[in-house]
Amino acid sequence: MARKFLSGNEAFAEGIRLAKPQVISAYPITPQTIVVERLSEMVEDKSLNAEFIHVESEHSALSCAMGASAVGARAFTATSSQGLLYMAECLTYAAGGRFPIVMMNANRSTALPWNIYGDQRDSLSLLDSGWIQAYAENAQESLDLALMSYYIAENSAVSTPFMVNLDGFVLTHTYEVVDVPAQEQADAFLPPFETENKIDFDNPKNLAFSAGPAHNDIFKYKEHIGVLNAAGVINKAERKFADIFGRSYTGLTESYKTEDADYIIITLGSIAGLVKETADKLRRQGKRVGVLRIRYMRPFPNDDIARAVKNAKAVAVLEKDISFGNEGTVCTNVKAALQNNAENIPISNFIGGLGGKNISKKDIENIFLRLETEEAEVKFIGIGTSRERTEVSGNGAECEKSQRGRIFLRT
Amino acid sequence: MIEILWHGRGGQGAFTAARLSGAAYALSGKYALAFPSFGPERRGAPIRAFTKLDEKPIANRSEIEKADYSIFLDDTLFSPSAFDELKPNGKVILNTKKAISNDKIIALDAEKVAEEILGMPIVNTVMLGALAAVYGGISEENIAGAIRENMAERLWDKNIRAVHAAMEAVKK
Repeated sequence: MARKFLSGNEAFAEGIRLAKPQVISAYPITPQTIVVERLSEMVEDKSLNAEFIHVESEHSALSCAMGASAVGARAFTATSSQGLLYMAECLTYAAGGRFPIVMMNANRSTALPWNIYGDQRDSLSLLDSGWIQAYAENAQESLDLALMSYYIAENSAVSTPFMVNLDGFVLTHTYEVVDVPAQEQADAFLPPFETENKIDFDNPKNLAFSAGPAHNDIFKYKEHIGVLNAAGVINKAERKFADIFGRSYTGLTESYKTEDADYIIITLGSIAGLVKETADKLRRQGKRVGVLRIRYMRPFPNDDIARAVKNAKAVAVLEKDISFGNEGTVCTNVKAALQNNAENIPISNFIGGLGGKNISKKDIENIFLRLETEEAEVKFIGIGTSRERTEVSGNGAECEKSQRGRIFLRT
Repeated sequence: MIEILWHGRGGQGAFTAARLSGAAYALSGKYALAFPSFGPERRGAPIRAFTKLDEKPIANRSEIEKADYSIFLDDTLFSPSAFDELKPNGKVILNTKKAISNDKIIALDAEKVAEEILGMPIVNTVMLGALAAVYGGISEENIAGAIRENMAERLWDKNIRAVHAAMEAVKK
């Protein structure tokens, strides 16, 4: 094990090097570029024995990874934002074909307006594509997920592609202390990829075929069960990981001081660190607050969420996403989790960090405080609520004027 | 937590200095975070970089609002508004050829040191040495270690000498 000072992208590349993929196909896009640059350097200096295929688009990047997986090779790709959306057609192919490809997605805003900074609208818009989706909080977890993702995806009861999400810039480009495991440890954790779902000249079979109305539903049912099965395999992977590397993870969610909390913020990704720090500050002032970090959006932690918040008076979902005309997608999922478990707790939705906008400690403190007094609704941090929409109609200039007077006062 | 703000122009290596200071501090078994002001990279345009140092892992990834040390690689970027970004006992470390008399500013001619040792006016590692001397919490040995881990081998020797020369210059 070596203690290094790495960015999220570099830490992830180290994790992939240790996982020994045989094929890497990728197309560069900010803020993902560095992870594929580092991997191409590793292939060049032979510290990683893989085929590096520089394809001409993201659509081809994932198609190429599927071809590799279909002959039984461990495959990796990485993208971000518009690249992920351009790849979208292939996402359902990879999931339906049950190819356990790992992809790193650097979470970035989606156009228009054009913006290279981080939010989570890219990956959350593709929750239904059949992929496992994990969200890392820091560079160490990024590296560890790079290793664990293959273990989970390649399990024969899962056999599902795996997307690891790192917040663009605040995680991908921030340098921090990371323990990089030795190759022997990684090899002890992650066995070589073995699958029966491959093109095999000795035992020929048909892959990636069509299925009409008579059989389509059973394929989709099995795909669903594969993603659900990941939950148990994640626990198994984490136990083995802790035995070998000495670092523990807590499955689909991470509960932080939720047991006796009256007010809980549910969030995901790299902002969770600051939310936990803010909760500590408010606890010192005698407020009973807690944090639930969602680590996996698929499979979705329905029961974990219901269990963690069942004694709370109110819950906020803080996310870098909006499903226009409704609310944040994470919030919709959380509400369903509570409904499924017959919990009736007011849930407010706070939308922040869009296009990379900073979410400050003060913003988070305000969310906790507003939970005590305000009714549940969709609130854009620093801007306004869904209910106030009539005030922001009209032309841009008027809208700017009417907002400044009252909405900045509210937060 | 010690918070360090770096000011430079694209191409001067301000972020490299931010990263090296974090890497050097981490070599003592402690924790650091380093990141640039995010965005398109343009040579000559003003940029900021950030380093946070602490005994425990650092959760707050937002930009620094009040710094213990605010370091200017280029004095054309300095204005008195820099003091608004300092903590009460914070200091400005300024690369300048001008004589400055202000107890909040530590001034040195880093360009002269860089010309002498590196043979070019790249002042990032000189200013890193100045920080180490003023702050006192990062050892010269660990800075040398961080340089060896993060720079090309042909750059090690002269940059380590530049750090040493800056530390001596500030101590005087």
